[in-house]
Formats: sequence, C-alpha cells, structure tokens
Amino acid sequence: MTRDVFHGQLVEMNRQLLQMGGQVQAQIAAAVAALSDRDVAAGQKVIDGDRRINAAHTEIESVCLGLLVLQQPVASDMRRIASTLKVITDLERMGDHAVSIARSAVRLGGAPLIKPLVDIPAMAQLAQSMVADAVDAFVTGDRQRALAMVDKDHELDRIHSRVIEHLQELMVQDTATVPQGIQLLFVSHSLERIGDHATNLGEWLIYVLTGQREDLNQ
Amino acid sequence: MTVPQVEAFQIQDLNLYYGAHHALHRINMAIPAHAVTAIIGPSGCGKSSLLRCLNRMNDLVPGVRITGQVRFGGQNIYDADRDPMEIRYRIGMVFQKPNPFPKSIYENIAFGPRINGFSGRLDEIVEQSLQQAALWDEVKDRLYQPALSLSGGQQQRLCIARALAVNPEVILMDEPTSALDPISTAKVEDLMTQLKREYTIVLVTHNMQQAARVADVTAFFLNGDLIEIDTTDRIFSTPREKQTEDYITGRFG
Repeated sequence: MTRDVFHGQLVEMNRQLLQMGGQVQAQIAAAVAALSDRDVAAGQKVIDGDRRINAAHTEIESVCLGLLVLQQPVASDMRRIASTLKVITDLERMGDHAVSIARSAVRLGGAPLIKPLVDIPAMAQLAQSMVADAVDAFVTGDRQRALAMVDKDHELDRIHSRVIEHLQELMVQDTATVPQGIQLLFVSHSLERIGDHATNLGEWLIYVLTGQREDLNQ
Repeated sequence: MTVPQVEAFQIQDLNLYYGAHHALHRINMAIPAHAVTAIIGPSGCGKSSLLRCLNRMNDLVPGVRITGQVRFGGQNIYDADRDPMEIRYRIGMVFQKPNPFPKSIYENIAFGPRINGFSGRLDEIVEQSLQQAALWDEVKDRLYQPALSLSGGQQQRLCIARALAVNPEVILMDEPTSALDPISTAKVEDLMTQLKREYTIVLVTHNMQQAARVADVTAFFLNGDLIEIDTTDRIFSTPREKQTEDYITGRFG
C-alpha cells in the first residue's frame, strides 16, 4: 500500500515552494538595489514582477487543495500540506513588501538621498538570508536552521529601531528631509516585516515536525 | 474528541497462539465503554485475532492457545467458570460479509431472543432492533419476506439489528462495510456513531479513513504487536510511533 505517486507529488509541491521562495528573495534583492541605485525603471520591474509570485501562490494553493481532496493525507503528510498552504501566504506577503520597497524607490526618483544607505542594505541582506533559511529549512525539515533565524530576526529588529531613531533625528533637524525620511521608514518597516514572515515559516516547520505550535517571534 | 473514562475491557498480557504460530504478543490495552475503538494494521497483524479474543470466538479454532486476561466487567472472560455462550450474548459480533439466516426478516431478529428464552413481546423487540439499526423504515412493510431479498447494505444492517436484539453490551465489527457500496457504508458508519451511546463498539477495519471518521480511539497493530493506541485524532495527526506514522501515511504496508 505504499503511496509512491502521492509522495512524488509532495516532492513536486516542495520543489514549487523552493522556486517561489527563490522568486521572493530575488524580488527583495531587486527592490533594495533599485532603491540604492536610484533606478526607477528597476523599481517598476519589481512592481510588475509581483504577478509571478501571486501566480505561484495560486498554483501551489491549488496543488495543496488537490492533494487534500484526492489523497486525504494524514499525520506528517497532512501537517506538511496544511503548513504549505500557510507558508505560501507568508511568502506572498513578503513579495508584497518587496513591492512596497520598490514603490518607495519609484517615489524617491533620482534625487540625491538625505543620508548614505548603510543600515537598509544590511537589513536587506539579513532579510534575504532569513528567507533562504526559512524556505530551505521548511522544505528539508532542518529544525536547527529554522531556530537560527531567531537571532537574525532580533538583529533585524535592532537595526530597524536604530533606523527609526536616525531618521527621526534627521527629520527634526531639517523638515526638508521629511518626504524622503518617510519613504525610508516604510522601507525599513517592510524589511522588518519580511523577517517576521520568515520566522513564521520556522514556526510552521516546527508544526510539521512535532504537531506543536511554537512562537518564534517574541 | 473526548474519550469516555469508563473501560469496557482491560486486556492484560494477552498472548494468542495458533499451534506454533504466536499471533498476538503480550497485548496490554483498555477499550473504553460507549465509544468506538478502531483496530487498524496490515493484513496478518493480528487485528481480527484480537477482536475474536474479546468474545471467545477463537475458542472455536482448532489448536488455539490463549494466555493472559481479557477482563470484561471486572472479570476475566477466560476464567474456567465463565460460559462462552453467555459471553457471546453480551458481546455480539458482526462480520465482513452479511450473513443473514435464510429466513424472513422478522425471524432473523426474533431468532436470538427466542432461543435465549425471551418471554416478552417479540414484535416489540423486532421493531426496536430494526429501528436502532436504521432499517425499520425500509423493511417495516415486508417483515415476512426473505432476508436474502434485501440489498447487501440492508442485509448488513439486518445483521446489526440481529446482534442488537439479544441486548448485548458490546458489538464487535470485523470489516463490517468492506462488502458494501459507499452509501450503505455511510449508513453503517452513521449507525456506529449513534449506537455508541448505548453500546461499546470495537471495529476492525482496513479502511483507515473509516477509522478516522467513526472511531474515538484507534489502536495500530503490526506483526502481532500493539504498536500504539491513542485518541483517533492523535493517531491521525501526530502519532507517537514512527511505525504508525509510516503505515498511515502509506510509507510501508
């Protein structure tokens, strides 16, 4: 009674999830690059590229629902499929945050920045590596790698607080910086939220492995 | 899902041998009263053997040897002074293939109470049993027709009604729907859910989805060992044992 066909379909579902994770990482990288490079066209490309992530979300969702209906999975198979349904929503939201960063890049246009971008690219690096950790750990069942994201998320939160303080100071000193300052606040907030969604994937992995829900985002 | 705390059976160190073949290995488990307990596992794992130990049906198999205890109502049913016939009245059984007697619908139900010396009104017990088995409305106008004229699904519910007619405490069901179509299967499954209010039901099934749908407690057997017993919800969402996980997810079997 081994269910080789069904388990092959689970492998395929995981492959699609990895691919979607890769697309999300690329969108985040491209959005932050558009911002750093003051490249409006590149920002617009990220905004347009969100369609692919939404399509991947819909596709994987229908794969999951099909497996639930046709294969009636139980135990770890059920937990993995149910969690994948939740995880793709987190990934789709990360994609939306990449779009908001790209929109800020477009709004800022080519004007010189009020301050050199140091913290935001560092946050973007952290956020991207968290997305990679989250998706790889979820697919391979690597609990250690999922738990290691918690420290990165704390670091992301710390930098985000620092960015808020700096921008606040700048905007108080010179009100002309306010329009840019607000956009950069949005960007920092988006990167911080991407980290939270990545830790959600870690929580879903723990559910897949143990059936227990655990809060990694404290 | 909450499981009733009262236990109908306590099985203690139960071993079963068919000649030299050791079919059940030191089984220890409790079966809750007023609940459906499903026994699952691959062919030859001992699930039907266990079921048949619960009302001494294995006594009828040549060369069988049983050690340990099956406590029912606090007393071991294998004690020398226990009457197997009395045990089988209290613990009824329904088999894989419907096996009505080649008599009328009415006589199928009346047979047990009659030979049991029942002195009340047989008509009442026939109606009540058929009602409980959710068959009354379909057969009330043809009670004197042959039972074998009924459909397979109706015959199986007739066998359940026949088991209920002698007022048992427990109904053992050995693959009761494997010969039935999906609609008849759904009727028998609904019936189990209703009957557990008054009876204890133990179900052997190859259909894991059936165990998931109707059972409160599920026990998984493999090669004559009880691997795991827990609430059905737990068994099908987060089983403790890898062997259970591998079996129910179809990774072996």
